[in-house]
Amino acid sequence: MNALTDILPARPAVAPPAAHRLSMEAPARFGLLLGPALLLLYWAVLSVTGFLDPHILPAPWTAVTTAIQLIREGRLQEHLAVSAGRAAAGLLLGSVTGVIFALVSGLTLLGGYVIDGLVQLKRGIPILALIPFMVLWLGIGETMKVAVIATSVFFPIYIQTHTALRAIDLRHVELAETLRLSRWQFLRHVVLPGALPGFLTGLRFGATGAWLALVVVEQLNATSGIGYMVTLARNYAQTDVMLVGLVVYALLGFGSDAAVRILERRALRWRRTLGR
Amino acid sequence: MSAAVRVRGLTRRYTLKGVLNGVDLDVAPGEFVALLGRSGSGKSTLLRALAGLDHEAEGSGEIEVPERTSVVFQDARLLPWMRLLDNVVLGLSGRDARAQGQRALAEVGLAGRELDWPHELSGGEQQRVALARALVRAPELLLADEPFGALDALTRVKMHALLRRLSEAHDPAVLLVTHDIDEAILLADRIVVLDAGRLSADIAIRSSDRKEQAPIVRERLLDTLSLGAR
Ligand SMILES: Nc1ncnc2c1ncn2[C@@H]1O[C@H](COP(=O)(O)OP(=O)(O)O)[C@@H](O)[C@H]1O
Ligand SMILES: [Mg+2]
Repeated sequence: MNALTDILPARPAVAPPAAHRLSMEAPARFGLLLGPALLLLYWAVLSVTGFLDPHILPAPWTAVTTAIQLIREGRLQEHLAVSAGRAAAGLLLGSVTGVIFALVSGLTLLGGYVIDGLVQLKRGIPILALIPFMVLWLGIGETMKVAVIATSVFFPIYIQTHTALRAIDLRHVELAETLRLSRWQFLRHVVLPGALPGFLTGLRFGATGAWLALVVVEQLNATSGIGYMVTLARNYAQTDVMLVGLVVYALLGFGSDAAVRILERRALRWRRTLGR
Repeated sequence: MSAAVRVRGLTRRYTLKGVLNGVDLDVAPGEFVALLGRSGSGKSTLLRALAGLDHEAEGSGEIEVPERTSVVFQDARLLPWMRLLDNVVLGLSGRDARAQGQRALAEVGLAGRELDWPHELSGGEQQRVALARALVRAPELLLADEPFGALDALTRVKMHALLRRLSEAHDPAVLLVTHDIDEAILLADRIVVLDAGRLSADIAIRSSDRKEQAPIVRERLLDTLSLGAR
C-alpha cells in the first residue's frame, strides 16, 4: 500500500476556500472610480481632436487651470465654504427633525396618525414646487435657503427611518420585554440600532437631495456660493468657470455619497450582506 | 415551601379558537419540569402566558411566577448589532455586570468570544449565548420553549449535558417545552403532558435510576400522546 502513496503526487494539504457562487467578490478599493475615469478619457479625446467646441464645453484641463486661477484669487474656496455651510446646515436640520418625527410617528399611535398622514399627503408634491411658498414665508435670505435644503433632506430621512422602525423584528421586542428593558433601554439598544440601516439609506438620498436643493436655491438671488458663481459666469459667457462649478458640484455629490457609504460600512459592521 | 410557579384554571383563546382550557400547574423551586404535547397543543401558549408575552390571547386564570424569570426561545434571539458580551448583559446594571457576563459566557464554554458578533457563531453556540444571557440574571424560574429544536442531533446532545449541568449549578425551577420524549426523560424531574387544553399526565422521575425508568415512562408517554391523537 506504500506503492500507491509513492506513485500519487502529494495533494496539497490545504485546499483553497471554495469560491462563493452567488455573492460577489470583495470590491477593489477604488472600483467606483472606474466609470468616471472612462468618461474623463472620452471627454479629453473629444477635446484634443477638436470635436468639442471650447465654447460649448471646454477641455478638462481648462477646468483645472481655471480652478487653479479661481483658487489663487480666493474666489472658489470662498463660494465653496458658503455653499458647503448651507448644505451642512440643511442636512443637519433635516436629519435631526426627520429622525425625531420618524421616532414619534413610529413609536406612538397618535403620532403615527398625525405625522405619517401628513407626510403621505406631501409625498405627491415635489419639494421644488414649494419654493415659491418658502420665499413668500421666509424671504429670499439664508433662512429660506437652509429651509428648502432641510425640507428636501427631511423627507427621505423620515420615510426610510420610519419604514425601518416599522420593520423592527417583533421577536426582538419580545426579547426586550422578557429582559425587562426600560423604555429608554429599549429605544437605545433595540429601536435605534434596528432603524439605523434605514436612516443611513435615507441619509444617502438626503445628501443627494441637499445638493440638488442647493443648486436651485443658489440661483435665487444669491450673492455668494457656487451657484452664484455659476450664474455670474453664465452672464459673462465664461464657460470654463461654469464648468468648474459643475465639477465642484459633482465632486461634492460624489464625496458626500462616499462619506455616507463609509459611515454605513463602519456603523453596520455587524451585518453580513451581499454587496460589501 | 412556596411554589416557584402556581397556575390555576388558566384559559387562553385566540380569536375563535380555544387553546388552554383550565390548566393547573405547580412547579417547586429548583424543580425541572418538562412539558410535552403534540404540535399545536398549546405548549408555547402556556409558556408565553407564564412569560407575560401573550398580549394577543384572551383568557382568565391565576398565574404566579417569580420576579426573576428568564426565557430561552427556540431561536437564540441575539441582537445582531451587539457583540456577545453586550448581548449577555443587555439590560443589566451595576458595576460587576460585565464581569458576571464574562463568567456566564465562560460557563457555557465561550470564554474569549466576548467581542464576537452573533453571526460569527454556529447555531449551537448562539443558543449557548442565549443560555448565558438567561442565567446571568440568576433566575428563580427558567422558561425554555424548544430551545434545542433547531439544532442538529449531536449539538443537541451536548446542549442537554450543558443544560443539566447549568440547572444543577444554578438551581432555578425549569419549565422546558419540548416535543422530544427522550429529551424530557433525560432532563426532567417531572413530565407533564398538555392535551386538549389541560394537563393530562404528570409523571415524576427519580433521578437516581433514570435509565431504568426510561422504557416504562416512554411507554406511558407514548400512550398518552397517541390517545390524544385519536
Ligand atoms: N398568535 C396567535 N394567533 C392565533 N392563533 C394562534 C396564535 N398562536 C398560536 N395559535 C394557535 O394556538 C394553537 C396552539 O399553539 P401553540 O401554543 O404555539 O402550540 P405548540 O407550541 O404546542 O405547538 C395552535 O393551533 C395555533 O395555531
Ligand atoms: Mg410551540
